Amino acid sequence: MRTNLLEYLEDTVRRVPEKIAYSNGQDDMTFAQVYRESRAIGSFLQTKDVQREPVVVFMNKHPRAITAFLGVLYAGAAYVPIDEEMPRFRIRLILDTLQPRALICDSQTERAVTSLEFPGAVYTYEEICLTPEAPAALAAIRDGHIDTDPAYVVFTSGSTGVPKGVVACHRSVLDYIESFSEVLRLDASTVFGMQVPLYFDACLKEVYPTLKFGATTYIIPKSLFMFPVKLVDFLNDHQVNTLCWVVSALTMISAFGTLDTVVPHTLRLIAFGSEVMPIKQLKCWRKALPEARFINLYGPTEATGMSCYYEVDRDFTDDEPIPIGRPFRNTAILLLGPDNQPARPGETGEICIRGTALTMGYYKAFEKTAEVFVQNPLNKAYPELIYRTGDLARLNGRGELVFVSRKDYQIKHMGHRIELGEIEAGVNALDAVRMAGCIYDAKESKIVLFYVGDLEPGALLTALRDRLPRYMLPNQTERLDQLPLTSNAKIDRVALKMLHEQKKKEKQHG
Amino acid sequence: MDELIGILEGLHPDVDFEHTAGLIDDGILDSFDIISLVAEIDNVFDVQIPASEIVPENFNSAQALHDLVERLSDS
Repeated sequence: MRTNLLEYLEDTVRRVPEKIAYSNGQDDMTFAQVYRESRAIGSFLQTKDVQREPVVVFMNKHPRAITAFLGVLYAGAAYVPIDEEMPRFRIRLILDTLQPRALICDSQTERAVTSLEFPGAVYTYEEICLTPEAPAALAAIRDGHIDTDPAYVVFTSGSTGVPKGVVACHRSVLDYIESFSEVLRLDASTVFGMQVPLYFDACLKEVYPTLKFGATTYIIPKSLFMFPVKLVDFLNDHQVNTLCWVVSALTMISAFGTLDTVVPHTLRLIAFGSEVMPIKQLKCWRKALPEARFINLYGPTEATGMSCYYEVDRDFTDDEPIPIGRPFRNTAILLLGPDNQPARPGETGEICIRGTALTMGYYKAFEKTAEVFVQNPLNKAYPELIYRTGDLARLNGRGELVFVSRKDYQIKHMGHRIELGEIEAGVNALDAVRMAGCIYDAKESKIVLFYVGDLEPGALLTALRDRLPRYMLPNQTERLDQLPLTSNAKIDRVALKMLHEQKKKEKQHG
Repeated sequence: MDELIGILEGLHPDVDFEHTAGLIDDGILDSFDIISLVAEIDNVFDVQIPASEIVPENFNSAQALHDLVERLSDS
């Protein structure tokens, strides 16, 4: 029985040591290199007494960053990926929550780390990857390891403005990778083109199947996602055959008509998720790649990556939603109605997840954890946790799950999960702002911010850049004299939505 | 040109677009911006920028982008 994610690497390095594991198109790392350097890093860290503790990895998106993750695992610790894209303010919130003892940076992020005034120890990858291996110490750590020990902590948007750290253990990741690989039919010939950043659980899809099968992952430079033709050239140059991308990255290619000029002809599998795929765009892709398989994925970070899948097996009309399908093997979905009873076929209920894929909960946030990781209300006999996603869905006539909407103010924007409350908290934290309310125009994929305060919209946006990640910045900012309130003095988002629609109409006619 | 500068300033109010070259090379514009720009240029100028023209050279300065829009609206 596998109990540690590193076993994937250890099996594969024996079989294909010289094969490329991870590459960014310029720098390659073979399985042997990944193995050697991750063990060196583990050997270094094990002297720092970090077992079952978080170790922050603040590095550029590069094969070395993944190797650092594995190095942290060798030390028996949990990695916490941080990225230079994250605003300083958010990084500080994360470090405040974790109080980590150690942080690994690379020569490029070193300067950024210095400005964080991080109180713990800072180590540079280039130095610690040269540490002589300490096989006995690593073996002892492995001997004491159990599969419910944490593997990583990733942070997701929190409605109060403080991001929540989701802790996942080896067991839940192993469970996910096994069933995920089965559905996607991944093998040694798989060549991934990785789009997602390393600081989300989304990257599990490439990182671990690559180790499991001895496959190869090409980490695609972020800058290519501005230039669709260059992006397709990259996929073709490296003979990429498998994509697991957020929807907006795929539509960036198809919406510009790129596929009429260049086709990523080596692709045989395209999995997408994090947002609803527009049927029009799916049609473009299927037309360009009639032989390829297309899989819609759904799942929250709290259940380790993805929980449900639907393989496209028929045509859809433009207004028909693509199902999220059915759960992966060894995961179960309950649809619970408002009375906590199972929703009947066709009725809408909240998606609740059962199974080993459930993560441990939120780091140093027991109350927040207990709000959503709850006793299965259908089980009155023994303790059994389910995760309440807050996503509403129903079963269609074919017995497939179909996503309906959110229960609250969480949105999906450009593939990112965002609490509108976190944006508002960021705006409200600015001195010159008295009140702020955010809505999402899903049709135009726009975050619209309304606020009252002594700040021009431009200046407000500039100030916000220091506090919020790029993807949370409002796409439209409106200053008002006052905000509409509900009868219990909360900001009335419904009224704001109506105001936004009205302004849109005026703009069209004016 | 003023309209175009207006669109760019909407994205980055803190950048002096008239006098800044290297919008791509220096990492001022990102993929979010490129997508917004292509959509806005379509809305405002009724010019559809084809994928083959979405290359760094055409987005590196307001002037380059302006020339692109002119070129595409003439044809």
